[in-house]
Amino acid sequence: MANYYQPEFECASREEMRAIQNEKLVKQVKRVYENVKYYRDLMDEKGVKPDDIKSVDDLYKLPFLTKADLRDAYPYGLLGTDLKNCVRIQSTSGTTGRRVVAFYTQKDVDLWEECCARAIVAAGGTNEDVCQVAYGYGLFTGGPGLNGGSHKVGCLTLPMSSGNTERQIQFMQDLHATIICCTPSYAAYIGETLKEMGLTPDDIDLKAGIFGAEPWTEEMRRDIETSLGIKAYDIYGLTETSGPGVAFECEEQTGMHINEDHFLAEIIDPETGEVLPEGSKGELVFTSLDKEGFPLLRYRTRDICILSRKKCSCGRTLIKMCKPMGRSDDMMIIRGVNVFPSQIESVLLKEGYSANYLIEVDRANNTDTLDVSVELTPEQFSDTMKDLAAKEKSLANAIKTMLGINPKVHLVAPKTITRSEGKAVRVIDKRKLHD
Amino acid sequence: MSVKQISVFIENKKGKLAETTRFIAEHNINLKALSIADTQDYGILRIICDDTAAAQKALSDGGYITLVNDVLATAISDKPGSLATILEVLSEANVSVEYTYAFLSNKAGAYMIFRVDDNQSAAAALAGAGIKTVNENELF
Repeated sequence: MANYYQPEFECASREEMRAIQNEKLVKQVKRVYENVKYYRDLMDEKGVKPDDIKSVDDLYKLPFLTKADLRDAYPYGLLGTDLKNCVRIQSTSGTTGRRVVAFYTQKDVDLWEECCARAIVAAGGTNEDVCQVAYGYGLFTGGPGLNGGSHKVGCLTLPMSSGNTERQIQFMQDLHATIICCTPSYAAYIGETLKEMGLTPDDIDLKAGIFGAEPWTEEMRRDIETSLGIKAYDIYGLTETSGPGVAFECEEQTGMHINEDHFLAEIIDPETGEVLPEGSKGELVFTSLDKEGFPLLRYRTRDICILSRKKCSCGRTLIKMCKPMGRSDDMMIIRGVNVFPSQIESVLLKEGYSANYLIEVDRANNTDTLDVSVELTPEQFSDTMKDLAAKEKSLANAIKTMLGINPKVHLVAPKTITRSEGKAVRVIDKRKLHD
Repeated sequence: MSVKQISVFIENKKGKLAETTRFIAEHNINLKALSIADTQDYGILRIICDDTAAAQKALSDGGYITLVNDVLATAISDKPGSLATILEVLSEANVSVEYTYAFLSNKAGAYMIFRVDDNQSAAAALAGAGIKTVNENELF
């Protein structure tokens, strides 16, 4: 079955792909060096000139960009072209203290949407399909990305955004949606709601789902596939490079093909920065080969991952990445939102609590839960329940404002949060996503 | 006139109340009155005892979070409507009652403890209605 959107790239020979990448990389490095002072300074500091980059083999010479660079350069420091050439911004949830704001030219938007179109076609999508996009719309890349991809494929697109699940199901039934795009936890929730409404997968026409923006397990995949009667495809991306569609799954469901004609992938040792050979486990690094608005070179994703060029039965030659196996920093992804313990800590301190806290992340009914236990201080104590309940609520609200996630706050007695070797255990992630 | 009450923060876990009351006993503190408010996660143990200052010091030194408040104590007669009468007086004086609990004094029968938002107005209103509030000395 020829489920390709752009077979000339998706199935290109290794040599063809290499030639495309070499040509684009050389141009992109020149463009970035000329237009992005921030990166030019990094290159100069390292003693690298654009002329030193003649092919992908020279990629290792370029300096890395990290999340910290994005913060330092906020908002325009990494802009790759005049603002007047940009037509769109998208943004992360802003959970690292400062949002990542990415700029897109019209070409950037088109290429991004093409990447999403590849994912939809790989999931069996054609212009006969009705594609329900239940990712959030707005600054978040999920909704706009898949929405654009769905248009490119020619699907009848239902721009539902997330939430209002019964209405989602009603539209799904009435308009015979065949493909759904959302976060895996929301897909699981739709499955549960379907059941609660007394419906079965036979009552809907869905055949495929494209799910990403948060970690999920094979077990979740099976649950979703059963509860919605579909085949569930993984999709990967990050706002820094474009959004969803950096990599996508084919029917083999054994990892995601990276759109490497646009995004050059490397695996590095997160400690030393050294490039590791194919098949090694390490930190995933992306170089945007085409981006004009926000052209990041060697951006460290912090996702721990393995790349593979093993021949895929789908016929695509695009390199594959496994599901991210963890993070090289202490970031957690909770309900699709990037969360750092330090952010929660800063809220606690601001609200007058001690820095003795415990974050517990778990998954109940396929939805992530966030529990924050914090030691009460004598200054915070009150003899009335009303006051303590108000304190808990105010803290929960402050965390919600920071993260966009509703936590459950627990006040605990002093010195009850376990300290091991003098250092408190800050995070317990019970989700067991990578067993 | 008011009475000193110590509040202690206790986690709502098996054995915690026993542990705290044992701690109090070992420090030779004699509990006169006690009430507990609890949620799923924690409780507030409110106690009235003979030597508040010593008790609070012992508890704080023992790592407990404590707080001392002035609460009102009134004798209450052993007949229907006694509590309702007091609460009506407070309500008419626009005093909010945060919580209340009862205890028996072997000196003078039943007492009610009231934690209100304004002790002065409450005491004045009660006095105006002929209801007497007492201090520790009268209580024990």
